[in-house]
Amino acid sequence: MSARRQPWIEGFARHCVLIGTSAIMVLPFVWMVSLSLKPPQEIFSNAWQLWPSTFYGIENYRTALSAVPLVRYLGNGVFVCTVIFVLQILVNLPCAYALAKLRFGGRDTLFAAVLVGLLIPPQVLAIPLFVLFYAAGIVDTYAALILPWTISVFGIFLMRQFFRTIPDELIHAARLDGLSEFAIVWRVMLPVARPALVAFGIFSVVAHWNDLFWPLIVVQSEQLATPPLGALHFANDEAGSNYGALMAGTVLITLPLILVFLAAQRRFVDGITMTGLK
Amino acid sequence: MPETAAILPARDVALPARFSPRPYRVAASESRHAVALVAPAVGLMLVLLFGPTAAALVISGTDWEFGAATARFVGFGNFRALAADPVFWKSLGNTLTYAAVVVPACVGGGLALALLIESRERFRAFYRTAHFLPVMSTLVAMAVVWQTLLHPTIGLVNQVFQLMGLEGRNWLREEGTALFALALIGIWQNLGYAMVLFMAGLKSIPRDLYHAAEIDGADSALDRFRTVTLPLLGPVVMFVLVMMAVRAFQLFETVHVLTKGGPNKSSEVLLHLIYVESFEFLRTGRGAALTVIYLAMVVGITLLLTRIIERRVHYA
Repeated sequence: MSARRQPWIEGFARHCVLIGTSAIMVLPFVWMVSLSLKPPQEIFSNAWQLWPSTFYGIENYRTALSAVPLVRYLGNGVFVCTVIFVLQILVNLPCAYALAKLRFGGRDTLFAAVLVGLLIPPQVLAIPLFVLFYAAGIVDTYAALILPWTISVFGIFLMRQFFRTIPDELIHAARLDGLSEFAIVWRVMLPVARPALVAFGIFSVVAHWNDLFWPLIVVQSEQLATPPLGALHFANDEAGSNYGALMAGTVLITLPLILVFLAAQRRFVDGITMTGLK
Repeated sequence: MPETAAILPARDVALPARFSPRPYRVAASESRHAVALVAPAVGLMLVLLFGPTAAALVISGTDWEFGAATARFVGFGNFRALAADPVFWKSLGNTLTYAAVVVPACVGGGLALALLIESRERFRAFYRTAHFLPVMSTLVAMAVVWQTLLHPTIGLVNQVFQLMGLEGRNWLREEGTALFALALIGIWQNLGYAMVLFMAGLKSIPRDLYHAAEIDGADSALDRFRTVTLPLLGPVVMFVLVMMAVRAFQLFETVHVLTKGGPNKSSEVLLHLIYVESFEFLRTGRGAALTVIYLAMVVGITLLLTRIIERRVHYA
């Protein structure tokens, strides 16, 4: 039969499949919130009922907040991610501009180095950086969490590609106005580069907010724990006993980034895609 | 201009006299500014990226243990020891098995989801958000949630099995299932990432091509997919393949939180082994050797697939 199928059937099938897959994707989040509101006996007796018969949310969340310094973890996450991103801009934006728009000896070599750098996964640096930081006496400090990420060859690459699309006339005009190259970077290129910066910022924050590997190696003090490290402490403390409070803590740790994502999801998807597709 | 002369003395001399010095001076000052602009990045790149990478290579050739005052150069000794260690081969095999499950599932599933979601307007934004949510979430925290979902008694997964009359399992504690439970979580986390990358790729295909294909007799959606979408999406498919493979090799969080590589090393993977050897047992030289192998695998798969992409782009 070569006749076209009924379009509504295709649409209906599309919804059936996608509602199913969406439900699976969202299920862990729903389950997490559901457990965080249940008293212990309901967690063990009644998995099918999403909303608890006895609302136990207040007790669970209070236990979670008093068991570990959750607010501190989240504050650490915000602080570390913010400082990393600001330093990344300060270090990498001028370099990207020079690579895209200025002529200088060694430019091609430097760009080749950036491309090689893109191939190196960050975990490769863990042992030498730990040794270096240990020798420098900055293990178990904020500096240790932040410093390795101040250089981002990925940021340089992304911003350089973006700057290359900006017409030279803009820079010539700025030079005729008497702006120095430094002033051009911060007063002309920075504002123009906003879309690319937002994309890179989202990539950077998502990566460092969620990173476990490096903080686990370099930080021992609980006061310095970032959200993933905090989640780990908490999971170890409450393991096997108090699932309601454990889930309440998990909700509080995952919530901030998810809320920011839901508020600006178009930008997030664009940002992740743009940084992904290079 | 002493600075100019200092930077480019040789060319200054070689410059024929009839050239006006004006544009040349601009170029020289441009070069000087450029050096100032790239200097911080270059310095940090050497100290924090290339230096450590080289150091990892050097340490991998020693028997150094962190904290020890001395280290002996052992050449390929660490690599030979690893080659004789069944745990290393187990972790390598597990890493590849995990990738062999997660990568095709995410690439295939991500492409299917992208096509399905983009095919119509309705609820497009909602579906995209729902599938992308796991990509954003803090995996360590969500691993704890998965632990309760896969829990032998209170977990939803076993309750569903029970309902269907099947026997549940202790998914994360049994040798036969632990790695696949981790793969399930891996697919859940990365599917949405593959999906949005495909969506971006689909947007770059001109609409006219579909109309042209329709005029040429590609009646069904499947025909149009085969004649237009698939060839043009080829490079994107390869790219997503690289991204997913690298991410699969980077498996660490769920292993560390949920299984610690057990039971009986059945879910031990390369990156987790690197962490354990280097930072729990402090066998730094051995850890560095594992790091070098890990680096070679990531660089190898990236270069291999990039080579294929470049060949494909020519006819696509």
